[in-house]
Amino acid sequence: MLKFALRRLGVAVLVALTVSLLTFSMIYLSGDPAMALAGETATQSDIENIRRVYGYDQPIIVQYLSWLGNALQGDLGRSHYLKTDVSEVIFARLPNTMILGGTAITFALILAIPLGVVAAIRPNSIIDRIALTIAVIGQALPSFWFALILIFFLGITFRLLPITGTSSWMNFIMPSIALGYYVTPGVMRLTRAGMLEVLGSDYIRTAKAKGLRPVTVLFKHALRNAIIPVVSLAAVQFGFMLGGSIVIETIFAINGLGFLAWESIQRADLPMMQAIVLVLSIIYILITFLADIMNAWLDPRIRVN
Amino acid sequence: MSDTGNKKTSSVPNVTTTPEQANEPSAMSAMRRRVFGHYGIIIGGAILLLIFGMAIFAPYLTNFHPILDQDLSNKMVPPMWHDGPKVNPVHPLGTDLQGRDYLTRLVHGAQISLLIGFAAMLISGVIGTTLGVAAGYFGGRVDMVVNYLITVRLSMPVILVALAVVSLVGSSLWIVIWVLGLLIWDRFAVVMRSTTLQVRNLDYVAAAQAAGCSKFRIIMTEIMPNIANHLIVVATLEMAHAILLEAALSFLGLGVQPPAPSWGLMISEGKGMMFFDPWLVGIPGAALFALILAINLLGDGIRDVTAPENRN
Repeated sequence: MLKFALRRLGVAVLVALTVSLLTFSMIYLSGDPAMALAGETATQSDIENIRRVYGYDQPIIVQYLSWLGNALQGDLGRSHYLKTDVSEVIFARLPNTMILGGTAITFALILAIPLGVVAAIRPNSIIDRIALTIAVIGQALPSFWFALILIFFLGITFRLLPITGTSSWMNFIMPSIALGYYVTPGVMRLTRAGMLEVLGSDYIRTAKAKGLRPVTVLFKHALRNAIIPVVSLAAVQFGFMLGGSIVIETIFAINGLGFLAWESIQRADLPMMQAIVLVLSIIYILITFLADIMNAWLDPRIRVN
Repeated sequence: MSDTGNKKTSSVPNVTTTPEQANEPSAMSAMRRRVFGHYGIIIGGAILLLIFGMAIFAPYLTNFHPILDQDLSNKMVPPMWHDGPKVNPVHPLGTDLQGRDYLTRLVHGAQISLLIGFAAMLISGVIGTTLGVAAGYFGGRVDMVVNYLITVRLSMPVILVALAVVSLVGSSLWIVIWVLGLLIWDRFAVVMRSTTLQVRNLDYVAAAQAAGCSKFRIIMTEIMPNIANHLIVVATLEMAHAILLEAALSFLGLGVQPPAPSWGLMISEGKGMMFFDPWLVGIPGAALFALILAINLLGDGIRDVTAPENRN
């Protein structure tokens, strides 16, 4: 187990370093970063000044290593636009994105797991078909359009929910639905497939033959085993949601990392953009690492392979 | 994967794989029956054909130009199912905020969605399939490197990176296509790797090796044809994925630029007037939804009819 965990950790660190290199090289995508920063009216000496102040005159490898060294100490640079420390702004905004991701994945699981279980108990029944239809429609619905539909009906026509901001828990209902529904088809299919497999296995037949109550068999014996892959899928999807929340946060004006990313892109605030991509990637790497470790702990077969 | 299918097919004689019955007509007719007996393929195929036709014949379908024919005195004419003095049969789907015919913009928007979806899928397909098949066939170090590349790619949030890159490089139709194509190859690589692993050790590959075929030839003539059905399924999924991403990018103002009639852009332009004229957002969104639904249904259908074990 320890050997597996260490090897997995090594991969995670290597991936994180690669991501940091890719994120760093973003500044050279638009050509000369000093020129872009100086603006169109700048003189040659202005540009030279900026180049020296920001360290763009040094070899790229030196620039990368000093950027990485600072990042490891929690210093992600200074925002070109806000003129404050990037990490301060990011950690002030991160909680809103985490809350949104958490409520969205909770919504998805609450909807998808019961549907998947019922669909597995009665395959090809009406409920199975309804669940399948929901899955097919859910996967085709563009999230930003779905968000606007929710706003139109729940926010404007019936005035049930607030449309923008983060002032109360009510503000998170629509964004959570708009962000979370996209995950429900995958979770539902996985729950259904897992339950079907487990329900056909020998130990369930034994449990039934012992005369245990069907509810006990279903929840204590079957669901507990079928849920393992669902948990790791949910963890991975939670990571994806943090990165994908930019559209939903922008629509609902939620002051999270996604909205900050969109604002920073509008302001051409490169250090902020880089830091957001880096932070979200690291969170994703961390989540998948933990999910893998948990899986290997729950299912010893994974460790061997 | 269908889970009850396995049990059913084991009791039913397998039409395509038993040697006596593998002659062309019966196999083809069984295939046809499966294709046309599958609602998903019929519905998905019909919608896709319709949208494809819209895209190809866009200039001939209406009497307007999607960008140049502006008429500010005739803006936001409601579509024909509304009542009111402004409704005009000349504009069956109404006009937008600049008085441009909405139907004309919608049919031209189909061109953008289909072009971006198809081209981005092609780019990502070439990258992902090359990586995935190489990883699955050669194994060892190659497999390790490809797995590592896939992990790196998955760690970076697609839409955020796409937005950042487009904002730095500049946005045009072809930049959006290349950025998306270079970002969404991961599922191709994952699926092609695992399917190649499954067929790599089968007898016909061993036979080709024994016959002295080169590795390239084995991959091209033995491996590829036998994983092609999975490739097509992933291709449909990724085409839908690319279309959705383009729409989201354009919706955020960083994809296809105005005045081009991208559906995502049309939704974005209409959202300010959503309360009074919800159809401005409803029509392009419904078109987008129908296109994605059609592609997904077709992909699911292809998976069902080409995989014998999933047959009902």
